[in-house]
Amino acid sequence: MNFGIGNIIFLILLVAGIILFTINVRTIIRNINLGREEKRTDQKKRRWMTMIRVALGQSKMVVRPVAGILHIFVYVGFIIINIEVLEIITDGVLGTHRAFAPLLGKFYDFLIGSFEILALLTILGCAIFLIRRNIIRLKRFWSKEMTSWPRTDANLILFTEIALMIAFLTMNCTDQLLQNSGSEHYFKAGAFPVSQYLNFIFGNMSSGTLEFIERSAWWFHIIGILAFLNYICYSKHFHIILAFPNVWYSNLNAKGKMVNMPSVTKEVKLMLDPSAVVNETANTPPLKFGAKDIQDLTWKQLMDAYSCTECGRCTSVCPANHTGKLLSPRKIMMDTRDRLQEVGKNIDKKGKDFSDGKSLLNDYITPEELWACTSCNACTDACPVNIDPLAIILDMRRFLVMEQSAAPQGLNMMFNNVENNQAPWQFSPSDRLNWAQDEIKSSV
Amino acid sequence: MKVPTMSQLASAGEVPEVLFWVGCAGSFDERAQKITKAVVKILIKAAVKFAVLGTEESCSGDPARRSGNEFLFQMTALGNIQLLDGYGVKKIITACPHCFNTLKNEYPDLGGNYEVMHHSSFIQSLFDDGRLKVEGGAFKGKKITFHDPCYLGRGNNIYEAPRSLIEKLDVSFVEMKRSKATGFCCGAGGGQMFKEPEKGNKDVNIERTEEALSLNPDIIATGCPFCMTMMTDGIKNKNKEEKVKVLDIAELIANATDL
Repeated sequence: MNFGIGNIIFLILLVAGIILFTINVRTIIRNINLGREEKRTDQKKRRWMTMIRVALGQSKMVVRPVAGILHIFVYVGFIIINIEVLEIITDGVLGTHRAFAPLLGKFYDFLIGSFEILALLTILGCAIFLIRRNIIRLKRFWSKEMTSWPRTDANLILFTEIALMIAFLTMNCTDQLLQNSGSEHYFKAGAFPVSQYLNFIFGNMSSGTLEFIERSAWWFHIIGILAFLNYICYSKHFHIILAFPNVWYSNLNAKGKMVNMPSVTKEVKLMLDPSAVVNETANTPPLKFGAKDIQDLTWKQLMDAYSCTECGRCTSVCPANHTGKLLSPRKIMMDTRDRLQEVGKNIDKKGKDFSDGKSLLNDYITPEELWACTSCNACTDACPVNIDPLAIILDMRRFLVMEQSAAPQGLNMMFNNVENNQAPWQFSPSDRLNWAQDEIKSSV
Repeated sequence: MKVPTMSQLASAGEVPEVLFWVGCAGSFDERAQKITKAVVKILIKAAVKFAVLGTEESCSGDPARRSGNEFLFQMTALGNIQLLDGYGVKKIITACPHCFNTLKNEYPDLGGNYEVMHHSSFIQSLFDDGRLKVEGGAFKGKKITFHDPCYLGRGNNIYEAPRSLIEKLDVSFVEMKRSKATGFCCGAGGGQMFKEPEKGNKDVNIERTEEALSLNPDIIATGCPFCMTMMTDGIKNKNKEEKVKVLDIAELIANATDL
């Protein structure tokens, strides 16, 4: 052990990185809690099973095998290699070198060897993802809502992951060369199935240069991870954290079911029978019906927005989007997140009660988008982390109709017919059984 | 023959095995009426004691709810629940996936609890119980594909019941590339049936019809009156109505057994 100025700098960076991350996460939690109450804690066993299958097991990712398998490389690589970060932190704080090696013996060699293979697969996965985005230019990464920032964000994430993995392999390669040269500090530890092939780059360097490169890669790796940890709080990449809780809190009802509005039930019951005593435990009526802005959505709908990594699988299966309509379920989620962050910033800067006069509806999402939806649930089925864009669309339609009477003409006629003729078309209720008047040929 | 109504049975002091919820399309739409009649033929053939609500039936409220009019939905639904509970209804079958979904999943929140089955599942159960058999071979060797209605498939995870009925017909069944959970919508759900589509470069039903036609089927089967309208319009748009028929699962079974 040789504790020195380096360790103090390391500690300061580590603590600063973690404090900053905590602040960022608290802001996100505060923003999510701007949403309305919604109960999502029933059926706990089913929730855990869903999370294990969909989030941990990536069951919906592999529906598209190429992206699915590459994603598993990066996902497993990133999770497992983070064990290495524990060692880096231990070394950084205590001034040790490869602190876990003496404790784990042969198993340490196995671990480092596996990390190296996963690092290589991660580099491969990220490189192919970059090619798909920037050279092949897959349609779903270049559609309308994929403006300059979402595209840059995606590329930054992929480049950073490649850089972190290269730093890891560089660190191991130079370490291994120093071990072989008999350097006292660099004792024999680890297996290097991948980085040994980098010897052709570093093989002829002096041990002083090697030590410098080894230390630089080590510092780059850990500072990079701390910076990345804070970057993801401002990026679509926050899905690496929220994917798990977001799937745990998924909608477990049949997809066809729409959420009931108890506030409306109360009013309708009073309307049908003014003397009815409505159960007062039912939720008190909200200030408005349906959703105009992010405060009208539930906390789960807001968590959905933060969990979205803009993969666009929802939009690529949306029948409205497919046939050239404005609606894109991914844009619904991106808009919700952008607006939520805007409201959050307003609260930070100008206080809780500040209103900027803008809203999610109209300023971000237009009625034309909302009315193009066929409520077919293709988007919710396609989402690898069980995000529900349809729930937001339908809640905003409720606002348009119940607060603004702003339904398209055809729907207003349908409403009139349902109200007056008990059918969506203009037929007389007394004709409802006319089909049975015709003779029905029967073998009975 | 006569189609019994709940009020007739009630006044005779009888209770049917199932209520057949016809739905608005099944009652009023000329094409969907044929599906309704096919269901009735099957029920009679299998000696199922059934009744309809007749003129007392109302819209389930599905199109109003999906179009954002929660007030209208709940008024309609509460009225229906009062009627159904008044007759002591326990079990409902329907040939409309939208009614099916709403009655099954959404009425319980408003106090209406019934066992609700889509006609494809119910007809399958009639076969399973030996109450119905396919005798004729009207569709032998025909090439059939099945278009999954969203509210039956993704909405309620029913994919196999309609397929198992088609398999009984001795036909050559072909699956579209987008089928089951990845099935492509006909374009009518969520209130679209009643409004002009938003500006785009294609109608959703045309996209789906093209996919079905690419398999060169003799028959496109489905299990929803709205899908029926959309796919039939798509076939007409492509001038294929002479060559390709769009038929409901109930019509296939009824015609196959020469009912």
